[in-house]
Amino acid sequence: MSNTTSKILTKRKKDVLQVWVENQAEDPAVREDLMANDELHAQSAELLNSFIEAIKSNNYEDIEAPEYYQVTEIISGISLTRAQLGFSPRETATFVLSLKRSIIQILQEELKEDQSTLISEILRISDLLDSLSLVTMETFIKGREEVIIRQSSEINEISTPVIRVWEGILALPIIGTLDSERTQVVMENLLQEIVNSGSSTAILDISGVPTVDTLVAQHLIKTVNATRLMGAECIISGIRPEIAQTIVHLGIDLAGVQTKATLASALQYAFRKSNLVVAKKKNS
Amino acid sequence: MDRIPILKMGPFLLVTIQVDMYDRLALNLENDLIIMVQKNGSKGVLIDISAVSIVDSFMGRIIGNIATMSRIMDAETIVVGMQPAVAITLVELGLPLSGVHTALNVEKGMALLQKKLADDLTEDSESEAEMDDNDQSE
Repeated sequence: MSNTTSKILTKRKKDVLQVWVENQAEDPAVREDLMANDELHAQSAELLNSFIEAIKSNNYEDIEAPEYYQVTEIISGISLTRAQLGFSPRETATFVLSLKRSIIQILQEELKEDQSTLISEILRISDLLDSLSLVTMETFIKGREEVIIRQSSEINEISTPVIRVWEGILALPIIGTLDSERTQVVMENLLQEIVNSGSSTAILDISGVPTVDTLVAQHLIKTVNATRLMGAECIISGIRPEIAQTIVHLGIDLAGVQTKATLASALQYAFRKSNLVVAKKKNS
Repeated sequence: MDRIPILKMGPFLLVTIQVDMYDRLALNLENDLIIMVQKNGSKGVLIDISAVSIVDSFMGRIIGNIATMSRIMDAETIVVGMQPAVAITLVELGLPLSGVHTALNVEKGMALLQKKLADDLTEDSESEAEMDDNDQSE
């Protein structure tokens, strides 16, 4: 099969680009507030150039082939930046899909006389552009996922502060559900802080943990054990009545763990352990 | 053959592990240590592992063994200066070393040993000693 499309497109590159940019501008999905027209024009021209280069090889099926490296790279780059800029998936996909319409329009003008070639060429080009738009979606979703992962790791960092309440006493209020990943962060932060500050007592306050199931309890016990191995003592405080009930009903053994109802009583216990006394000042 | 030096400090033995342990070294240490305890009639063993960055289940078991053996021979074992990563590894391996006493650094470990020794000597005046003992076992 001769590479008719490639020849036509090379010849009428300028027209295709113009029709394509117009198409995109007409589309109500295009957000002028997020991207300037000049930039859109530049992006479109770059993609179209490398696309025409790629189809010169007469390969319309395999977009993994080396000649498409540049095309997929450009598409991925554009999708990623668009995902980060806050474009919707629809807007991002339209970018590639509108190219199909422009190309078909030009092909129709050029191949008016030869209907059978027109149909076969349109089929080939539309298959190719469909797979390219799938690449767009894939990278778009990947871009969004990266944003989500970054945010969740940020939340993890923010939500596990280790507070030095007194010399030798650390407090660690945990807010939100404890899963394995978070326990790991909590444990690492706590142990590192114990080394840094040379503290002998750590208070793990779980008043902000909504539920304690066997897994969470196991994580807590692990943290307590690790703290003990470091040579410090770990007290768990902030155990609400419901949580105490669940723990007993689930048959979790917290015998080796020092538990207190409130942070205040845990602190008092820690003071006593380090031979500290809090006394009220007498008014003379 | 490589050996880890064991220092005698009064009634205690001090072992500082400055290199990453391998199995043979750990076994030698276990052997040497228990002989030293017997020879000196030591009351306590202090193992400083602050320079150890890698442990496996075997090392964990050896430390546990040393503690148990020493206890049988009337010497307490205190492991000091464990790195956070090492502590996490041991817990994840399911080796919480429940028979071993721990302290943050050599200084605190020594103080703990001395306290234990003092408690042992004043065991007759039971009331106070028992309270302290309870405190430590918690």
